Amino acid sequence: MGLLTFLRYFWNDFRKQKKRATLTVAAIVWGTMSILLLLAFGEGLKRQLDRNQRGLGENIMIVWGGQTSMPYEGLPRGRRIRFMEEDVDVIQKSIPQIENIGAEYSRWGVDVVRGSKVLSEHVCGEYPTYEQMRAHYPMQGGRYINWTDMEEKRRVIFLGYEMKQKLFGDEDATGQTVHVSGIPFTVIGVGQDKQQMGMYGGPDVSKGSMPATTFKSLFGHKYLSNLVIQPRSTNLNEVVERRLNEVLGARLKFHPDDEQALSIWDTIEGRKAMQNMMLGMQIFMGIIGAMTLLIAGVGVANIMYVVIKERTKEIGIKMALGGKPRIVQWQFLLEAMIICFSGGVIGIFISQLICDLMSLIPREEGSSMTWLGNPTISLPIGMITIAILAIIAVIAGYFPSRRAAMLNPAETLRYE
Amino acid sequence: MSSNGSIIKLDHVHKVYDTGKIKVEALRGVDLDVRQGEFLTLVGPSGSGKSTLMNILGCLDSPTEGTYYFRGEQVQGLSLNRLAEIRNRRVGFVFQNFNLLPFSTALENVELPMVFGGVPTRERRKRGEEVLERVGLGDRMDHKPTELSGGQMQRVAIARALVNHPDLILADEPTGNLDTASGQEIVNLFEELWKAGHTIMIITHDPNLPMRTERTLHMRDGSLHNGNGEGQ
Ligand SMILES: Nc1ncnc2c1ncn2[C@@H]1O[C@H](COP(=O)(O)OP(=O)(O)OP(=O)(O)O)[C@@H](O)[C@H]1O
Ligand SMILES: [Mg+2]
Repeated sequence: MGLLTFLRYFWNDFRKQKKRATLTVAAIVWGTMSILLLLAFGEGLKRQLDRNQRGLGENIMIVWGGQTSMPYEGLPRGRRIRFMEEDVDVIQKSIPQIENIGAEYSRWGVDVVRGSKVLSEHVCGEYPTYEQMRAHYPMQGGRYINWTDMEEKRRVIFLGYEMKQKLFGDEDATGQTVHVSGIPFTVIGVGQDKQQMGMYGGPDVSKGSMPATTFKSLFGHKYLSNLVIQPRSTNLNEVVERRLNEVLGARLKFHPDDEQALSIWDTIEGRKAMQNMMLGMQIFMGIIGAMTLLIAGVGVANIMYVVIKERTKEIGIKMALGGKPRIVQWQFLLEAMIICFSGGVIGIFISQLICDLMSLIPREEGSSMTWLGNPTISLPIGMITIAILAIIAVIAGYFPSRRAAMLNPAETLRYE
Repeated sequence: MSSNGSIIKLDHVHKVYDTGKIKVEALRGVDLDVRQGEFLTLVGPSGSGKSTLMNILGCLDSPTEGTYYFRGEQVQGLSLNRLAEIRNRRVGFVFQNFNLLPFSTALENVELPMVFGGVPTRERRKRGEEVLERVGLGDRMDHKPTELSGGQMQRVAIARALVNHPDLILADEPTGNLDTASGQEIVNLFEELWKAGHTIMIITHDPNLPMRTERTLHMRDGSLHNGNGEGQ
């Protein structure tokens, strides 16, 4: 039998049960939307988390000095470990697995004055590597601290976005002067407004940064507040950690196995853990969505059984006229697949529409909407959904249609 | 008429319906020979097994016991596909309640056996129209069954049964749902077809019909009585 002819007759039979088909299609639409939207919200959440994590900086380790807990070379336990700028150079030279290193001094309650505005703020002295490592990216028209600033101990300052807003409002700050502890500083740039999930010493948007060298001579700090280290690759973090203990241990005299001499925040590990958690969550949501779709699929199968029951006579007539089991089976299989397919297409379309609409809703940074408001249907999500749909369509169609094909023709004709 | 080859041969055919609780023996050892070109009526009280016999003859159902040869080919053990092919090419069914597809036109209904038989669209249409003309429905081709009278519906069913040039036409009470006049027309139509060379078996309750056929088979309690040979 020609395919076209088959389809034409198929369509003739299918057309007349629009109402029932519509309901079944609606169930599939709903199932498709559940799985897609659950996955899309999960994806949006994951991307938002990722973005916020990048606010702190990607793949970095933050190192603070701690207190020794083991005696070492005749020295008692309980000594404080602190770093100086020279240590930074030594670390860089002795640990080739490190890509970038930076450090900062830190001070709270520093007077920052512009005209009549007097603030008491958090100010840091930082290395130029912070721009990339700690995501201190300047807004258009400005820049972050560079090595010349460091060498010449320039009186320049890079303002966090909110500090700039407090001092200058919506005015452009770059090139203007502020007084820090009574000394005039030139604003060289303003940081981009950013979401920042991990933080220490407050959010970056509300601090001011000057070259570490300038900071040291201005405030006379001897010790750095912490180091920031970026390994050459994300799987070198453990090696770097051990080498840090060895190198700094030899230099600052603590036992390399002393776990409390250094306090290290490994954001790489944290990030991996977070990614695993998100993956777990997405799988969980995917399963819930798939269940909903599966239930819709059961609905389709159920309806197909009813349809076949109702059309027993028609099946009998076709068989009496020489319709082969295969043709009867294909008719109902195709019917189930068309229902699932159209439901799937509509479901995907509506889900995409919802995602698009959600992205139009204006939202404030940090509100709950920032977490919920970015559902994203990625390519893998779409493919997973379509694969599940296809499997469900075939299963929902196969068993009922097989039952139809195996009916005894004489029995079917007796059926009223 | 044209040839005297055997088309149907039944050898001690039994049919038992097993409904779980009770077993109904609808056919109890039926022997039957039908040659090509015969015109037969099958009569008998309700429940005697006439439809059961016809279903077996038309390969819609299979005997529980005994053998059935259709054109010399033993039917038991044939695949579902082969049985479908026999029904499609060799047998034409006419039912009491017409059994037309309600949402398809007369022409579409008549084309259906040719669809299953793989006849190309153009030829299908041509043959469909010819056969509808032949049963006198040239002007009703695009009507749906609901738009036709009972007699007209039965003509469509007969056209559908004829369209693949079957070796055997089986009609189960074809006039049962019709008034006398239209019933008469249908019987006339069968007679015409027989004269044109078709082998026809009609199940009927109409006491007058057997007089017009060559041979009458009497069925009672699942057995045929004085069927073979009578009327020849
Ligand atoms: N599918 C079935 N399951 C169980 N019993 C059946 C089935 N088909 C027929 N029978 C029984 O078999 C017997 C013969 O039935 P059949 O339909 O062949 O009779 P019939 O001669 O055609 O009667 P009628 O003139 O009323 O059409 C009856 O007792 C009937 O109840
Ligand atoms: Mg009957």
